[in-house]
Amino acid sequence: MLAVTFIEDVLRGVLQGLPPGAVYGLIAIGFVLAYKTSGVFNLAFGAQAYISAGLYFQARNEWGWSNLAAFVLAVVIVAPAIGLILERLIFRHLPPGSALAKLVIAIGLSVALPNLFELVVGFEPVAGRTPEGLLNGGATVFYDPTGLYAFSRDELTALTIAIVSGLALAALFRFTPIGLQMRAVVESPRMTELNGIRADRVSAFSWALSSAFAGLAGVLIAPRFNTLAAPDFFNLVVVAVAAAAIGKLVSIPRAVAGGLGLGVLIALIDTFLPRLSEAQEWIEPIQDNVTPAVPFIVLFALVTLWPALRRSQEQSDPLAGVDPPPPVPAASVRTPFLTILTAVFGVCFFLVVGVVVVTRADVSWLFLITQAVIMSTIYLSVTVLTGFAGQISLCQGAFAAIGGFTVFQLADRFGASVLVAAVVGGVIAATVSALLALPLVRLGRVWVAIATLAFAAFFDAVVVKLPFVGGGGTSLLQGTRVPRPVLGPLDFANDRLFLGLAIVVFLACAYTVTAIRSGTVGRTLAALRGSEVASESIGISPTRARVTAFAVSGFLAGLGGAMLSIQQENVNYASNFAPFAALFWLVLIVSLGARTVEGAAYSGASFSLMDPLIFKGALLGWILRSEERIPGIFPISPKWRFVLFGLTTITFAKHPEGLVEDGKRKAHARVERWRARVRERRQDAEVTA
Amino acid sequence: MTPVLELRDVSAGYGPFRALFGVTLQVGDGEAVALLGANGAGKTTVARVASGLVAPEDGTVHVGGEDLTGAAPYRFARAGVAHATEGRSVFSSLTVEENLRLSFRRALGSARVDEALGQAFDAFASLDRRRHQPAGTLSGGEQRMLSLARVLVESPPLLIADELSLGLAPIIVDEIYAQLARLHSEGTSLLIVEQHVSHALGLCDRVVMLEHGAVAWEGAPEQAGERVAERIFEHGGDG
Repeated sequence: MLAVTFIEDVLRGVLQGLPPGAVYGLIAIGFVLAYKTSGVFNLAFGAQAYISAGLYFQARNEWGWSNLAAFVLAVVIVAPAIGLILERLIFRHLPPGSALAKLVIAIGLSVALPNLFELVVGFEPVAGRTPEGLLNGGATVFYDPTGLYAFSRDELTALTIAIVSGLALAALFRFTPIGLQMRAVVESPRMTELNGIRADRVSAFSWALSSAFAGLAGVLIAPRFNTLAAPDFFNLVVVAVAAAAIGKLVSIPRAVAGGLGLGVLIALIDTFLPRLSEAQEWIEPIQDNVTPAVPFIVLFALVTLWPALRRSQEQSDPLAGVDPPPPVPAASVRTPFLTILTAVFGVCFFLVVGVVVVTRADVSWLFLITQAVIMSTIYLSVTVLTGFAGQISLCQGAFAAIGGFTVFQLADRFGASVLVAAVVGGVIAATVSALLALPLVRLGRVWVAIATLAFAAFFDAVVVKLPFVGGGGTSLLQGTRVPRPVLGPLDFANDRLFLGLAIVVFLACAYTVTAIRSGTVGRTLAALRGSEVASESIGISPTRARVTAFAVSGFLAGLGGAMLSIQQENVNYASNFAPFAALFWLVLIVSLGARTVEGAAYSGASFSLMDPLIFKGALLGWILRSEERIPGIFPISPKWRFVLFGLTTITFAKHPEGLVEDGKRKAHARVERWRARVRERRQDAEVTA
Repeated sequence: MTPVLELRDVSAGYGPFRALFGVTLQVGDGEAVALLGANGAGKTTVARVASGLVAPEDGTVHVGGEDLTGAAPYRFARAGVAHATEGRSVFSSLTVEENLRLSFRRALGSARVDEALGQAFDAFASLDRRRHQPAGTLSGGEQRMLSLARVLVESPPLLIADELSLGLAPIIVDEIYAQLARLHSEGTSLLIVEQHVSHALGLCDRVVMLEHGAVAWEGAPEQAGERVAERIFEHGGDG
């Protein structure tokens, strides 16, 4: 009897797991499809799926279109059109094999596309309402062939399409000429062209196909939520990456199987853990958190432990030598005159800004400027890791949150000194970061990004909910209070004083980062970025250098996170440090300049000040000397900030040093041209005389 | 007679770096031309310009009389230019057979693919044994054979062979040159960029020597003789 119940439970768990597994499988198919046909680790897949789901919802509910008409618009027309536009405007121009640039651009698009869609279509994320599926009665008509689990019509549709499309796409790659050409183009478009094949057309077809699939997946997935918002789709993509990793990012049938397996595994854990926890009380906290964490644990374990993935190399284009070399940093080639000019300009600028802030800024501007300085400290953590070490970390938000939560725990709960707690927060974040780096240092850069994304998602789903981190219970909602420090006679509850402290911390961190760049670690990291094999042949240890970079980066993020929490007197985890919010940090600094301290400072300023200065029109108001003269188009939606910086990541492939560096180089060239003209005129005048 | 390939006053480079300065070069119908020069002389860039991989900043490129200056590489390929590039020139993620199918289907049509595969594997038996193996796992010599097998079956009007013998054992180099000679005897024009001067001189009808991105000398191989080789070595390269 017991055995029968057990088998029934297992079967029920398997059947329960298939519908969510089909959803993971659908996204994993799209993910593998994009990677296989374009070499892009397409984190924007969720954004593309969201657009089609949103458009389908809008057409059906707001415009009153039929299911079929809405489907044709969202999936057959708009989804492939987005793919074609992305290919034509962005990905066609990227050098093949630039996996890191493609990843960064995909992250930028995952931030930009949902906001652009919402702005253009006037779509607002839906909450508290389950979107309708593809078929009428999708959520109300059920089929229960086994008597163990009733499948809804929507679930059966998703399951069928996942399996059929998985097999069909596998056949496309295996047996058709276009499948072969798509695989060839990913490796080397130029070599494909040497075979007489138009690589641009093949690439466009690949993007249209994978984007249409993203649209289809979006429409099929939407009924699983009772909301329709971009972050849901992004989170689902992270889950699906685990399924895609099971297929090593190249096998579509294995990705489908991985998705279904993941769904079943989670359902079985859900089925059996409660029963175990009745007998063993200690399992209860695990039970509360383990289910949402399973995909991230699976993903992290796959990336770090599965030899097949560890050994997989990023494909390199044998004709990469045709591309011109990237430009060197502007500061390394400028003349002494320009170095002095830049320094004088910088000092004058900050003196003027400092005087204006101290004498004129009100509380709200002080808050924003202080936030800008602190965010610059956090961005320095990206400078070290991405700019110097060439590694993409998608869990900097988690490290910053560790700093914030440490101050909350030590200062608020145990009465420790706030400043000491902030430093301890940095040290804990550095330790976690270094430990995390150990299994990652030998991985390809894309896999490092995936593993850190898995860690960020795990931190978000489990760690912040632990009592000794986020306070447990309702702390996260009610607030994780952080006091302002007092140092002798200095009470940093005063906002101007706290701004001074933030500046001192930033300057100290900036000095450290500059010293690291010009020191042994910086040079070692630069050598490793150039050629890991060549570096190892002269005795450089990649492990030591990269673990150091991760540790320093973790410390800076942790310290910055602690400072931000102290400034806001609350950790504010969801708005400050959640994975999707932290993704925007990377987008911003990579767009502006991840290799220099100036890039970090510009990023901090843009993060905090662009919205009030530019989008709310304050700067224009100052120029026009009256707020009343600000044109009616202001305030512009803050969503444009995400669109703007999301889309500027497109420049990453051409200017990996960022827009700030590119601007500096152009400005230097202009000044040098001007000086040359002046010299010529002077010489002409002397000759004439 | 219209030359198969004609570069006229071509200047080209990579971003801010210029590698060629006004190169003029012709390959006649059925002719074999050896392109020699020291390291960094611009040989590979000439080959890349001739197949459309690098667009010239100045000058023109004609293939079979058609002006293809600045055109995409696929148009050069369709006009009859086959380019076996320096280093790895196979798709490492595709199997040996898939590499050949990709090319044969476009060049010869679907109906002739199986027949062409048979010919390619007859020419290089070692490839037949590895037909289902990813090309990236082949040895350097086998990868060279694979890129050559494609060309041998298709018999294009012009083959640009860039350092085909680089890093290969002498016995494999001999085999590759035997196949090149056969291809040439069947009417394919050759532009050979080569470091093995003796092999190249043995096969070619004419020699063009590059120095610092410009044509320094050209003439018949018997006129050049040892002087060509000496001149190359004087400039610090191995040809």
